[in-house]
Amino acid sequence: MKLERHSQTGILPPSQPERPTPSQGAWVQWVLIGIVLVYIALLLGIPAVNIFYQAFKDGISPFFETLIQPDFVSALWLTVLTALIVVPLNTFFGIYAALAIAHKKFRGRTFLLSLIDLPFSISPVVAGLMFVLIFGRQGWLGDWLQAWNIQVIFAFPGIVMVTAFITIPFVAREVLPVLEEAGTDQEEAAKTLGANPWQIFWRVTLPNIRWGLLYGVILTNARAMGEFGAVAVVSGNIIGRTQTLPLFVEDAYKSYATPSAYGAAVLLSLLALVTIFAKEVLERRTSFR
Amino acid sequence: MTLSAASPSINPLKALAQLSWPWRVTFIYLLFMLLLPLTALVLRASTVEPGEFWRIATDPVAVSTYEVTFGTALIAALINGVLGTLAAWVLVRYRFPFQKGLEGLIDLPFALPTAVAGLTLATVYSDNGWIGSLLAPLGIRISFTRLGVGVAMLFISFSFVVRTVQPVLQEIEKEVEEAAWSLGASRWQTFWKVLLPQLMTAILTGVALGFSRAVGEYGSIVIIASSIPFRDLISAVLVIQRLEQYDYTGATVIGTVLLLISLVSLIAINLLQAWGRRHEA
Repeated sequence: MKLERHSQTGILPPSQPERPTPSQGAWVQWVLIGIVLVYIALLLGIPAVNIFYQAFKDGISPFFETLIQPDFVSALWLTVLTALIVVPLNTFFGIYAALAIAHKKFRGRTFLLSLIDLPFSISPVVAGLMFVLIFGRQGWLGDWLQAWNIQVIFAFPGIVMVTAFITIPFVAREVLPVLEEAGTDQEEAAKTLGANPWQIFWRVTLPNIRWGLLYGVILTNARAMGEFGAVAVVSGNIIGRTQTLPLFVEDAYKSYATPSAYGAAVLLSLLALVTIFAKEVLERRTSFR
Repeated sequence: MTLSAASPSINPLKALAQLSWPWRVTFIYLLFMLLLPLTALVLRASTVEPGEFWRIATDPVAVSTYEVTFGTALIAALINGVLGTLAAWVLVRYRFPFQKGLEGLIDLPFALPTAVAGLTLATVYSDNGWIGSLLAPLGIRISFTRLGVGVAMLFISFSFVVRTVQPVLQEIEKEVEEAAWSLGASRWQTFWKVLLPQLMTAILTGVALGFSRAVGEYGSIVIIASSIPFRDLISAVLVIQRLEQYDYTGATVIGTVLLLISLVSLIAINLLQAWGRRHEA
C-alpha cells in the first residue's frame, strides 16, 4: 500500500486561462466527470454514507448501547493497547532505517528497500501464517513455549507481532524521501560547529523530517488499529480476550448483531476520517515548506 | 524473542559491531521481524515432499480458489486501470464542485479498515441494500457471490491506480498536447498518440499494485463472500480454513503459492518502475 504524496495538490492553478483547444465542446468534459462521479459514488461514496446511516438510523441509542457492551470495550482496549506498542516500535525502526539508508549508495540498496516494502505485498493472512509456523503449537518453538507455559499464538503477543510485521514500511517509507530531499548540508554544518550526534538529531534532523514522520506515524496507527487478516490468523478470536475491534465488527455481523457491528464500524471510520484529514493537512505543510 | 539468529555470512557479530547504530537497529529488527518469519514459511514448505506439495497445491478446491482470486483480481485491476486513469485525468485537468471531497474519498480504501469496508459493501450490495435492491429485480446478486468478491477487489485496488497516475499526469506539460492540437490532431489522436504512451508505465504500475493488493485481500472479502468452494472461496480464506482444521501443511502450501505470486508481482512492479524511470525525460 503506497500513499503517494503528490505535492502539487496544494497549489492548483487558479483557473485555466484561454488556451487553444480542438472544437469538441465542453460536453465531453462533463460526460467524463459524470462517469467518474457515478463510479466513485457507487464504489466509495454510498458505502461510506451507509456506515453512518446504518449506525444511526434508529437514533443514537443503539450506538451508545454498543459503546458500553463489555465485549466492545475489551476489543477497543485491546486495539488501543496493540497500537500503543506497535506504533512507537515501528516509529523507532522507521527513523533508524531511514537514517541508515538515506544519502548512501551501496550495493543492495534497492534490495533492502524492497525488503522493507515486503509487508505491503504479502497477504496479511500469509503474514499471520508465518508467525503461527514459528510460535504455534506445531510451530518451531511450539514445544519450548509450551514447556515454559508461554502463549504467543491465540494471545496478545501474537497480535502485537503480526501487527508490527504488517506496519513495518510506513514510517521508513515516509521519512526516507524527506531526509533525501533535505540533504546533508545542515547536519554537516552542525557537526562542524561541534554538535554531538544526539544534538544533531534533535535540533536539525528531527525538525526537518517532522511532518513526514508524523504522517508515517498516522498511517502506521491507522493500519495497526484496522488490521484484520493477519490478526484473524493469530488471535483465535476469543471474545473478550483476543478480539480486536475489526474482529468484533466481523463477529457481530456474522452473528446478526448488525447494530453492534455498525457501532464499532463508525468508530473505525472516524479513525479513517482523521487519517485522511491529517494527510490533507500534512501534505500542504510539506509542499509549502 | 530469544532466538539464535540465522547467521549471515562471515562472523556476523564482528560485522555488526563495525556498523553504525542505525544499521544495527535496521538489521536486527528486519532479521527478527521480517526474515525470520519468512524463513519459517519457506523452511516449513521445503519439508513438504515435492510430489505432496504439488498434489496439495493443485487440489481441485485450491485450483478453484486461484481461479477466483487471481481471475477476479485481474479483472478488477484492469477495470480500475481504465476508470482509475479516467478519475486521475478528471481530477487533474478539470475543475468541478466537490473536487476536494472526491480527493478525500479516493484515499478512503487506504484508510478504512477492511472489515468495515466489507461490512458496508456487503450491506449496500445485498438484495435489500441501497444498490443491491436495484439490481436484484434484474437477477443480479452481488453480495455472497463472486461478483461481491469483485466489488471488494474494485474497492481495494481503485486508489492505487488513481494515486499512481495522478502525479505523472500533473507532470505532463499541457504545451505538448497544445502542440499536437495546433498541428491538427484531434482530441482522441492526442490522447492515444501523445498522452497514453507517457502514462502507460504509471497505469501498469497502478494496475499491478492494485492487483497484488487485491490478491492478498482477506478482510473485506471474507465478509462480502459466502466462501463456498468453486463459487466464491478465495485462496486467503482457504489458508485460514486449513489452519482452523489444524492442517498446517495444507495452509503452508497454499500460503507459499500466495507468497510466490506476491513476490512475482513485486518484481514486476519494480521492473516497471525502473523501466518508467529510464524512459523519463
